[in-house]
Amino acid sequence: MTGKWEFWPRAAQTDRWTLLVAGVALLLALPVCTVFFTALQPASEVWQHLVDTVLADYVLNSIVLMLGVGLGTLLIGVPAAWLTGVCEFPGRRWFEWALLLPMAIPAYIIAYTYTGLLDFAGPVQSMLRETFGWSRQDYTFPEIRSLPGAVLMLALVLYPYVYLLARTAFLEQSAAVLEVSRSLGAGPWRRFLTVTLPLARPALIAGMSLVQMEALADYGTVQYFGISTFTTGIFRVWFGMNDATAAAQLAALLLLFVFTLLVLERLSRQQARFHHTGQRTQRPPRLRLPGRLKWLAAGACIVPLLFGFLIPAGQLAAWTWRTAPQVIDGRFLELARHSLLLAGGSALLILLLALLLGYGQRLRPRPSVRLAVRGAGLGYAVPGTVLAIGVMLPFAAIDRTVDGWAREWLGLSTGLLLSGTLFALLFAYSARFLPVALHSVEAGLTRIRPSMDDAARVLGAKPREVLWRVHIPILRGSLLTALLLVFVDVLKELPATLILRPFNFSTLAVRTYELASDERLADSASFALAIVLAGIGPVILLSRAISRERPGHAPLS
Amino acid sequence: MPPFLELHDLDITYPPRKVIRELSLQMNCTGIGCLLGPSGCGKTTLLRAIAGFEPLRRGSIRLEGVKLSRPGWTLPPEQRQIGMMFQDLALFPHLTVTDNIAFSLRRWKTAERRARVSELLRLVGLEEYARRHPHQISGGQQQRVALARALAPRPRLLLLDEPFSSLDVALREDLAREVRTILLREGTGGLLVSHDQFEAFAFADEIGVLDEGRLRQWDSAYNLYHQPADRFVASFIGQGILLPGRIGENGRANTELGDIEGTPPGGCVAGDDVEILVRPDDVIHDDASPLKAEVAERAFRGAEFLYTLKLPSGARLLCLAPSHHNHPPGRRIGIRLDIDHVVMFRRNWSVRCVESPPVPAS
Repeated sequence: MTGKWEFWPRAAQTDRWTLLVAGVALLLALPVCTVFFTALQPASEVWQHLVDTVLADYVLNSIVLMLGVGLGTLLIGVPAAWLTGVCEFPGRRWFEWALLLPMAIPAYIIAYTYTGLLDFAGPVQSMLRETFGWSRQDYTFPEIRSLPGAVLMLALVLYPYVYLLARTAFLEQSAAVLEVSRSLGAGPWRRFLTVTLPLARPALIAGMSLVQMEALADYGTVQYFGISTFTTGIFRVWFGMNDATAAAQLAALLLLFVFTLLVLERLSRQQARFHHTGQRTQRPPRLRLPGRLKWLAAGACIVPLLFGFLIPAGQLAAWTWRTAPQVIDGRFLELARHSLLLAGGSALLILLLALLLGYGQRLRPRPSVRLAVRGAGLGYAVPGTVLAIGVMLPFAAIDRTVDGWAREWLGLSTGLLLSGTLFALLFAYSARFLPVALHSVEAGLTRIRPSMDDAARVLGAKPREVLWRVHIPILRGSLLTALLLVFVDVLKELPATLILRPFNFSTLAVRTYELASDERLADSASFALAIVLAGIGPVILLSRAISRERPGHAPLS
Repeated sequence: MPPFLELHDLDITYPPRKVIRELSLQMNCTGIGCLLGPSGCGKTTLLRAIAGFEPLRRGSIRLEGVKLSRPGWTLPPEQRQIGMMFQDLALFPHLTVTDNIAFSLRRWKTAERRARVSELLRLVGLEEYARRHPHQISGGQQQRVALARALAPRPRLLLLDEPFSSLDVALREDLAREVRTILLREGTGGLLVSHDQFEAFAFADEIGVLDEGRLRQWDSAYNLYHQPADRFVASFIGQGILLPGRIGENGRANTELGDIEGTPPGGCVAGDDVEILVRPDDVIHDDASPLKAEVAERAFRGAEFLYTLKLPSGARLLCLAPSHHNHPPGRRIGIRLDIDHVVMFRRNWSVRCVESPPVPAS
């Protein structure tokens, strides 16, 4: 009977990667687990009160927000991606990168800006009154601080996620597939519906699920607009009613929503595993739009750019022009430095973790590893507030334990080792933004055929070497994208930073929020504009990469 | 001396399916082999098991006497010194031709590495393309790069997973023959997986026919054609029909076309029903022959016609005739049998079912 013992060497050999992936995944899932465990405690009176009163509102508003933003970003992102990726029209090269600009503006900042623009004293209503001689009672103006308003705000700044992924998917479709469908008599419109769109479906679903998770996790916009969603409810219950358990229970309910979203996304992605099969990816010639259509295309591209970036950025610039002399000082520069270092460092760390998890999953495509990676991916769904508390609770417990131990055995106090440090912040960012990078890394990895790994292996490369010498060079574009997305996300992040930042440590985002909450919109503009400008940098970097795409290389994802 | 490659009693499973069952074969050391079979027969799985990508459920794999795989233990692919050419070639798109070839030579000294790469570039005739990227060269050139890359670290055995299947038929046999020559020159063993018998014949000394995870026969091309071990091999290799007959008292097989002398399958006695394999080249068109058959179909093959003939009983025959013998369908023509190697199978109800175990290579 040799069978039983001979399984050991193999088990040990495979377990190194499995353990590594599972370890990282578990660590990153810690905040979510903490929230769930806290939620399992018996319901309090506060919870019963919530169920009786506002819970239905939270659920309904969150669903409308999620679906509305998902639909909105598809409606904006997919046509824009198709037009700039496949067609030729005036300004196409410029739009290719300009359409990414709105992602530099955080949702709460665009919400502050449009509130300032559209409220009673703002320039738009003032102009209307002047032009038509109206007074307050003579007209009704749509209220931007509403649920549809929030959907619009979020869709305007989140569509670039869909745009980016859809554009890459359209670009990578080989000429052969389109030519085959053309030879089968399909016109351009049918080709788009029956070939282009279905082939791009994994990318579209990935992009939309990303956006919907963002929408569910948004705190700044809905808080400012006074809409009762899960996130504002959680904040209210935690800090207003001081009930951690009820807040965790709300959060757990929210997680169920997101989990459904994730499962849907995963299932559809599994059904459609599109590898490149052609030996050479030949790009089809661009579709030259005739006469009026090409101007229509340019118009369709300028609308999201105008409302998602030019108008709000212009307003911010105008405010900044007015208030900068009082606002910009040494303190301002310090905040800017904090923000840049924090965002850059987190992005690198998160990319590394995403590569580890993505590649680990490719090496060991077994259910347990997949589950672990999915678990780590849940963080994105968790609103920053709750995630921060999910980090805070265990870290504080560890600090207390270590401190007690040190006092007893060494006679000295270690104080706060983890909580209230940059490490806690980095940890929270990793848990929250890993899925952004993971999406990119995974999408990139699925496009590398498995035979590529096998070829490198028989040529003598160990799995680690395969990652370093084959995957990373091929994935350069995907990795750059991941880095960029995470960088911008960390820079914008508000609630987790608010709660977890070390004492006396502030960032641009935190300062913007504080000033806007004090209704000092014009004063907050300098800080907001700095965030937007920093966000534009990576957009330009990305646009360069887009125009540098070399033939035969996977351009970007 | 141990055999070059020895597969012993292999089972490979993708739960719950057994992909390879009880498979054994031995390849001798000069030999260049081929696994031939219809798609889905498990031949690629077997190749991947030899490369070290699939664990074994049962049995063992040895190369030059050294055990590479057994249940519960698989030597990692990178330690096997086995090369592989993939169906999609899997050239690294981010590396030039030179860097692709040099991928496995990282730990070599620079001078040796350069020498080896230029030697291989010369061998496959791609010196001018050294600095190109894979997408900048033609499909045939990509094949050569893949070959050079696989040979670079001087593997003991090269596995080829239908690497020529994307080429047109004429080019395919040429390249198969060329790769064979290169392997012999390099002193590397080769094992090709293919569904194309002509490619297999051009490449290999020994060929194994696989069906549904079982090795039906491991033999030379000549023997596969003339002495197929069972009905599957008989129908898969070459053309032909099975002519029904009955063993007579004299031990000969009594058929519609007369008595045929041959060795009846084991256990057959007079009165048993048998089938005799008749190849198109066994049926001679002869106007003088008293045996007549009606032309049912005719296919022009250039130098010859391939006739499908109908016998009075309804049974069909294939016949190769020189192309000046041009007969329209419906015409009755004279034929006679001239069978070199008579192959008989016991007739049973299910045509594809084989009751005899596969015959190992002699």
